[in-house]
Amino acid sequence: MSVIILLLLASLSVALIFLGAFLWSVGDRQYDDDYSPPRRILFDDQPSLPDNDHAKLTSK
Amino acid sequence: MKAGVACRMEKTNTAVLCRHCGEPCPNDKIVLGESHFCCEGCRLVYRLLDRNGLCTYYELNTHPGVSRRTPVRKDKFAFLDQEKMADALVSFRDADQTHATFYLPAIHCSSCLYLLENLHRLDPGVLSSRVDFAARTVFLAFDHHRISLREAAELLTAIGYEPYISMRDLGGSRSEPNRRLIYRLGVAGFCFGNIMLLSFPEYLGIDGSEPMLRQAFRYLSLLLALPVLLYSAQPFFFSAWSGLKSKFLNIDAPIALAVLVTFLRGGWEVMSGGGSGYFDSMSGIVFFMLAGRVLQDRTYRALSFDRDYTAYFPMAVTVLEYSTAGDPAGPVDSTGPAAGPREVSTALPDVRCGDTLLIHSGELIPADGILTRGDALIDYSFVTGESLPVCRELGEILYAGGRQTGASIELLVFKEVAQSYLTQLWNRQPGKTTPDTPGKPSFIHTLSRYFTIIVFAVAASAALYWQLVDPARTWDAVTAVLIVACPCALLLSSTFTNGNLLRIMAKNHFYLRNAETIEHIAGTTHIVFDKTGTLTDTGAPEIRWQGDQLSTLDRWSIATLAAQSTHPLSRALAAHLRPTSELLYISSFIERPGGGLDALIDGRRWTYGSQAFVRPQSAVSQPDATGAAIYIACDGHFLGAYHFSGNFRTGLDKLVSDLTPHQKLTVLSGDNSHERRRLQALLGDGVNLLFDRSPHEKTQYIRHLQRRGEKVMMVGDGLNDAGALGQSDVGIAIAADCGNFTPSSDAILRADQLTRLPAFIRFCRSGRRIIVASFVLSILYNIIGLWFAVHSALSPLVAAVLMPASSLSILLVTYGSSNVLSRLLLHDKDHSGR
Repeated sequence: MSVIILLLLASLSVALIFLGAFLWSVGDRQYDDDYSPPRRILFDDQPSLPDNDHAKLTSK
Repeated sequence: MKAGVACRMEKTNTAVLCRHCGEPCPNDKIVLGESHFCCEGCRLVYRLLDRNGLCTYYELNTHPGVSRRTPVRKDKFAFLDQEKMADALVSFRDADQTHATFYLPAIHCSSCLYLLENLHRLDPGVLSSRVDFAARTVFLAFDHHRISLREAAELLTAIGYEPYISMRDLGGSRSEPNRRLIYRLGVAGFCFGNIMLLSFPEYLGIDGSEPMLRQAFRYLSLLLALPVLLYSAQPFFFSAWSGLKSKFLNIDAPIALAVLVTFLRGGWEVMSGGGSGYFDSMSGIVFFMLAGRVLQDRTYRALSFDRDYTAYFPMAVTVLEYSTAGDPAGPVDSTGPAAGPREVSTALPDVRCGDTLLIHSGELIPADGILTRGDALIDYSFVTGESLPVCRELGEILYAGGRQTGASIELLVFKEVAQSYLTQLWNRQPGKTTPDTPGKPSFIHTLSRYFTIIVFAVAASAALYWQLVDPARTWDAVTAVLIVACPCALLLSSTFTNGNLLRIMAKNHFYLRNAETIEHIAGTTHIVFDKTGTLTDTGAPEIRWQGDQLSTLDRWSIATLAAQSTHPLSRALAAHLRPTSELLYISSFIERPGGGLDALIDGRRWTYGSQAFVRPQSAVSQPDATGAAIYIACDGHFLGAYHFSGNFRTGLDKLVSDLTPHQKLTVLSGDNSHERRRLQALLGDGVNLLFDRSPHEKTQYIRHLQRRGEKVMMVGDGLNDAGALGQSDVGIAIAADCGNFTPSSDAILRADQLTRLPAFIRFCRSGRRIIVASFVLSILYNIIGLWFAVHSALSPLVAAVLMPASSLSILLVTYGSSNVLSRLLLHDKDHSGR
């Protein structure tokens, strides 16, 4: 029966990863602006970010 | 192709619309390709975007631009070259790049988003840009070797998005939305879901032959319940504790008690191996209550209810330094002509008494001072609500807060910014009593107090009963009562109802500061209106012609003249004459800033403008009651004048007749009483009219009403109402555009929705009924639960079914009924109102 406990722990840790992802995404201000992202994706020519690490810095 | 078709279609309308901003074009001379423009500014923007292949901007939305008719002064952003002021906007800087955030009030659609995020195509110095639509800001990362902060601000201005940089930025504190509640909600949701899963085996009857497995599940549940108790439920404990400290039993006290008791009992059961506890119910309760709170505390980031004067004033002003002293005090920005004074950009807090300020057209007067040069034509609409600008002569005092609409003026400061009349108005507001104080408990708290007493009574009698019958089960029964009777349903019903009401009203352009405001609105007994700007329409003044009969050709000529000027009166006149006029060809044209126009149209010489300009011979002017007028002469012959006066909003009589059965009404005005007869006729005899009230007297009048036990709602717009708005139980600020600056208030109502105020009040009242109804429903659930509890038969399974069932049904009831009500009250009004 210890296999159930093992599975339980495995599933819990997966769930924890998702919790962590949620908390991170809130802290990353991903839910602050619900207007721009759904429209941004529809622009034909994506605003190209010349250098990717600048985008990273934008979230401070 | 597309553009051409669009243009032809627009031409079939009465006027050609500007391709950029959608305003009607004064003539069809300003063209580029097949597109027409209302002004050179709009054409410049179009050309800039066209050259850089950014015309998708015009395809995403029709006329997305902002009118560029009033050009922005060239060195307006010169102050950004100074380190100290630039630092207020810059968040990061290294050897290669700078990061800065600008607040752009003009952001309004997806086109804006597209253009602002493609800034790097307009200027290679911009590395990347990102729009935060909700906050109306753009974040820029740029290479400061190629483009300076000032140039970045000027680039944004050039494409029609002028950054708004206020004195508040110098303070450097921007409020961040509070995310802690969402973190707590996430943790509670996670624990709730997992405890639920772990409890299923127990509910479904796990095999007794696996005690080890069962214990493992129970311990895991206990472990998962810990973060809910210690982290997620914290707000309830804090609030209950602060309530108890001030000897006040608020609604959070029984909730905190229930959560604590549930956890302790569950922990004891698990440790002793006696049962599985109620961890799933406990975390579920906390999760739902937090969800309600998140919904209710939703804030509007584009709005602000607590603005102070620093958000209204610009960051820097131009100080003129007459070079008598050798050493200039501040860093020199640009030097004027050799003989004249030097223009120095100075941070506003550094402006001292005795400084001379140069106020350009369209700029705010930041401090009280004496006019020393130029013609002042000041628009005090933000302070008084009066839309028509006021003229001031040399040597007169100019109070801070007005906006210069004429040409540049010079001003000798005699009071520092922090001491000016405007700032003092703002600061004089008394602190509003916080709704949590024992003096003014909301009816939820009153209800919960009785509720708590009843719960304790039931728990005590259950304890007594079991003590006599079977003492071993006393502890069981008492804890079960406390767990089941937790007033979470009451809290749920109020938070979810309030949250939904706030959302529905925001959709109807009535934005409330918080949920308590709903109750205050519902309890209003006396409504006080400001007149100017609230009952009158700031946008369109009433225009009357006084003078000779005008021929059609005369009117067309006047409309043509009016269209040439950017003066506010001219623009109002142009809008007034436009529908019936055609624009003519002007053969010669001279503009005298602050005076008027001199033009040759159709062989006739027209003079148009102020009285002094058109009729200098009639030196002694008879000041009209309303003050503002445009005088017109043709070939030296005086024709007459257009007079402007405030225009009362439509539907006021209906507003009054809807309100009078339930509330007393008063109009408080700072103006003199020359409009009393007109207003009384319009509003009826039931309305009390008071004129000549200073801002301070307005506040006192509200206090006087409150002392008589009235619940006062104040509806006002200008800063002269700020004190009264703060003093009243509900202060509602009226704003033509909700992004505009409003004095601090409890609610912001869009101006064209004013006539729906009675519907909003009714809506708030019925919100209370919804809360009471869902409370009754939750009591039914509680009685069922209590029945199990006092019989000491509350199994975790019963609790686990009862809890989500009650929460979800309450959710459905509040959502359903408030939406139905909004359709009945708000939408119905909508149709009859128009």
